[in-house]
Amino acid sequence: MTATTVTAGTVRGGLGQSVVRPDGTAKVQGSFQFSSDYTADDALWGATLRSPHPFARIVRLDVSAALRVPGVAAVITAADVPGVPTYGLISQDQPVFASDVVRFVGEPVAAVAADHPATCRQALQAIVVEYEVLEPLTDPERAVDGSVPPIHPDGNVIRHQRIVRGDQTIEGPVTVEGTYELGRQDQAFLGLEAALAVPDHDGGGVELVVATQWLHEDQKQIAACLALPAEKVRLALGGVGGAFGAREDISLQVHTCLLALRTGRPVRIAYDRHESFLGHVHRHPCTVWMRHHADHDGRIRRIEARFVFDGGAYASTSSAVLINGITHTQGPYACENATVDGWAVRTNNLPSGAMRGFGVVQACFAHESQMDKLAAACGLEPLEVRLRNAMHTGDRLITGQVVENVAPVERIIHEVAALPLPDEPVGGHDGDILRLPGGVGRTTDAAHVRRGIGYAVSIKNLMYSEGFDDYSTARVRLVDGTVHVKFATVEVGQGFVTLAQQIARTELGIEDVVLDRIDTGVGSAGSTSASRQTWMSGGAVLGACRLVRDRLLALVADREGMDAAALTIDGAEIVDSGGLLRIPVAVAAAGVDIDETFEHHHPATEDLDELGQGNCHTAFAFCAHRAVVDVDTELGLVKVVQIATSQDVGRVLNPLSVLGQVEGGIAQGLGLAVMEELLQDGGIVKNPTFTDYLLPTFLDMPPVVVSLVEEPEPHSPLGAKGVGEPPTISSTPAVVAAIRDAVGRELPRVPVRPADICL
Amino acid sequence: MTEATTEMYVLHVNGETREVRDAAPGESLLFVLRERLGLMGAKGACEQGECGSCSVLVDESLVCSCLVLAASAVGRRIVTVEGIAPPGAPTDVQQAFVDAGAVQCGFCTPGLVMATHSLLERVAEPTELEIREELSGNICRCTGYGRIIDAVQRVAVARRGGGA
Amino acid sequence: MSVLVPTSLDAARDALSANPSATVLAGGTDLMVEVNERRREVVDVIAVDRVAELRAWSHDPVSRTLTIGAAVTWSEIEDAPFLAWVPSLAQAARTVGSPQIRHAGTIGGNLGTCSPAGDGLPPLSALEAVVHLTGPGGERSLPFAEFMTGPKRNARAAGELITAVTVPVLRGPQGYAKVGVRNAMVIATAGVALVCDADAGGVRLALGSVGPVILRCPEAEAIVAAEADFAAGRLAEPALRAAAEAARAAARPIDDHRSTAAYRRHAVGVLTARLLRRAFPHD
Repeated sequence: MTATTVTAGTVRGGLGQSVVRPDGTAKVQGSFQFSSDYTADDALWGATLRSPHPFARIVRLDVSAALRVPGVAAVITAADVPGVPTYGLISQDQPVFASDVVRFVGEPVAAVAADHPATCRQALQAIVVEYEVLEPLTDPERAVDGSVPPIHPDGNVIRHQRIVRGDQTIEGPVTVEGTYELGRQDQAFLGLEAALAVPDHDGGGVELVVATQWLHEDQKQIAACLALPAEKVRLALGGVGGAFGAREDISLQVHTCLLALRTGRPVRIAYDRHESFLGHVHRHPCTVWMRHHADHDGRIRRIEARFVFDGGAYASTSSAVLINGITHTQGPYACENATVDGWAVRTNNLPSGAMRGFGVVQACFAHESQMDKLAAACGLEPLEVRLRNAMHTGDRLITGQVVENVAPVERIIHEVAALPLPDEPVGGHDGDILRLPGGVGRTTDAAHVRRGIGYAVSIKNLMYSEGFDDYSTARVRLVDGTVHVKFATVEVGQGFVTLAQQIARTELGIEDVVLDRIDTGVGSAGSTSASRQTWMSGGAVLGACRLVRDRLLALVADREGMDAAALTIDGAEIVDSGGLLRIPVAVAAAGVDIDETFEHHHPATEDLDELGQGNCHTAFAFCAHRAVVDVDTELGLVKVVQIATSQDVGRVLNPLSVLGQVEGGIAQGLGLAVMEELLQDGGIVKNPTFTDYLLPTFLDMPPVVVSLVEEPEPHSPLGAKGVGEPPTISSTPAVVAAIRDAVGRELPRVPVRPADICL
Repeated sequence: MTEATTEMYVLHVNGETREVRDAAPGESLLFVLRERLGLMGAKGACEQGECGSCSVLVDESLVCSCLVLAASAVGRRIVTVEGIAPPGAPTDVQQAFVDAGAVQCGFCTPGLVMATHSLLERVAEPTELEIREELSGNICRCTGYGRIIDAVQRVAVARRGGGA
Repeated sequence: MSVLVPTSLDAARDALSANPSATVLAGGTDLMVEVNERRREVVDVIAVDRVAELRAWSHDPVSRTLTIGAAVTWSEIEDAPFLAWVPSLAQAARTVGSPQIRHAGTIGGNLGTCSPAGDGLPPLSALEAVVHLTGPGGERSLPFAEFMTGPKRNARAAGELITAVTVPVLRGPQGYAKVGVRNAMVIATAGVALVCDADAGGVRLALGSVGPVILRCPEAEAIVAAEADFAAGRLAEPALRAAAEAARAAARPIDDHRSTAAYRRHAVGVLTARLLRRAFPHD
């Protein structure tokens, strides 16, 4: 990995260094306040009544008995929503509370506020709801074929989009095809949904402390439902215990505010794990059919594909996930001709939405499975077929968009292949059972194991697409030698708070950088998603710092009788090009008060036309993975031995932070490959607990070997690309490819279950 | 024999005697620590003993506080993350977590800090596999565990008096 | 609600006799999950984790037995000296939940809950453990096979307390193997315990998570007993295969969200064969 050398005169804690988190000490000492840790004097507890049925008509709803439970302060239903009765990120189709029909297991029907969680539970039990149970729509194909009456006024098709490019008649000479399926993955952040709403004294507004990904979007949606002007709904970020997409949608925000306004008292709501599984969106389950037409030498001539994304009961971001999926059909490979058909449909399953990788996880599992089939069909090594097709800067995508970013696809493939393989035999030199599949279960001896190696490569769009201006805002004040930075950028653990300090230190040459509270008291930062905050909010902080710097230099120039254009900040000092002046920034900034705000916008993008053509994406990043697995072929148990990765990161701004994103993202990709799936049967959720929704443990996650490719991205304000999503995307198909290599089966579905390997 | 009633019982937490009054039946130690004693360091993420975020020491044994009936812990010495170091003066384990990049969202961190202290008390120089097995009850969703293992190893080396 | 924390067996027995409907709390690792999920309300609780007699274990070299108090934890059982005396039980102990769960969870709690997926139970079944109870009617002891009566059901009567379990210290190989979808902290999809009694020339196999109770495999046991050479550690491959097939046939698995009946049955066969191969390394 690249480490940036700190040279003399460089300000400490600047860009390129492994600066530690400003919230680190509070987090290790347990004093950092997560949203679930906020409370207030006289606060009530809130709780939510949810539908037990995937699809049912509400025949009767009677809350009177609940209101009589001692300790209950309020019970609210759809009738108590003063503003817009529905919300949603793209289309507002999801009710705050179901009023006539419930469309998924777990849909909110009512909420209560009371003096103790136990009282809340009593009150929920006292609410009478009579349902007329309806036949649920749980098969997405039935939504595609139109054979089922609409389960929502907006219809059963959330979005349909084709991509048609080039010569549609090309066939073969080599063709490979497959139908691939991905189960429902949950983000499974550890910090459960929680919020504290405090009503204004006059009852005319509310302050909400909440863990979210996008404060201003929440504010907009909540205000509309409450029928309040946005400025009467003030949001502050409660500490976020991970997000990974699951906090992009509203969950308990409106309910908490409504209960606080109704009771005139602070209200806390905190989900438990079961409720969390029902209460947020998940990664879309998806079926992808692909057929690649190629020359005998492995060069791709045309791709056909069909995607069906199960959007669940409400739209959330399904339409954007669909576009991400189908526009990444080709993967990081050049392809002139394509025929793609994509559907995002509504069912009575749990709503699907954003999760790390956002549609590209689904596409990548399919195209990488196909690349291995293509390699086999052409008699090529898996990496050779990928190298022959590797995309380059300037190539045109199947949407017609030209890739204008750095695209070191060949380089990352070469680098991942060059990383050292594990030097240990199966079971290690010591034969410790923990190194074998099955671990302490003592299922497996080394003789039962076959080792496999697999590769996968990905392309991922960065920032929002299709004409969306997801700008970010930062305010930087230089007050008497201290830099104060304010932004609404949500810190979910990724380390933007660290980066913001690093940017300010490097740009202004001042080590003392104070971060203000993250809230709606400054302009929007957009969402902490789409691998976008380093680029977008990093750009905003950088822009604001430069405005401050220019004014400071102007002041100094004025003071010294020099030309401001001749002054620069070099490390921690202000110097002039003539070599006459050299003063510490801290000295120059004494007594100064400069205040600047900057909005960073990325270049405009376009919608896709009917044939799926248009410059819809902002930028792209690339990533390659190699997985080594040991498989007990008879029992179908898998031990991932090592993951190697080479990632196109543009520029490393904080080596430790990047490594954390890389390793953490891989763990989630590994989870999808071999264990993580939230199961539904007829709309009923089968495993909404950590006993049965399994996450990788210390003994499931292998060592990771990393090569970061630094080719600064000219379009990015800091030269850096977002690094959060790519590690999750191609790690899944790499692990599955390795299992296939060990056992010789097609394994078209993730997560791969033991029975898929051995029965 | 000790008897605790929900009207009033006494817990020994971080060297102090703390009264718990008017508790509801069935309250876990995690709930009581957080909601009745104001010690928010232990975190709840599963309430099934499947994530380790709520780990505390009870009579020096690392347990999930969500699975301890609070009133049954009378007379036991309970230590939470707040009890191992004063504010602003982190332990070597805590500092290593910060320095090694073992902290992202931080929700699992207090539990992991307690588990690491417990491990290093019993095994001064654990192997990588011992670290993995001993900490396998603590789920982290952000880091992929690599930097946490590095943090634990840094502490073991430093305690041995080793330098670089 | 009241919680009694007796420190002697007499006090615990008296408390339970006085209030037979009280909930007995051992390590809490099963009970508190139900309480947290609101599947169980607790009113009066007797916490037995500090009862000195229940915290103790004793080894009788004359009768070659080991008696383990009900409140002995899995983290104690997973290490020496249990590992030498009852390796199958110690190996199973190491697979129970997480380290935190093993620090709190007890062998008596595993018996009290009597889940077919309880990791301690297949070894206890294969060891033909005797479960000791005390209550208003006095003390009694039951073989494990009579103690476990169904999924999460056992022969403990209201007002009775599980005090200990006695297992033989046998000469001969033992083992426990358990399949789950994760490499740690996982509920068994299927588990098999093998216990050999070299002196008696007998073998016992017990299956977990593949039936309403822990299942013994008399047919498989008979095949091995007839064919194995304990002194030489030899079991011919055809006999080994026949025994594994008999174990497979003895399983009564179901489909659920954790696995399928077909996979569970398959896993029982594979695990049985592997345990036998480890016990009898020579063909």
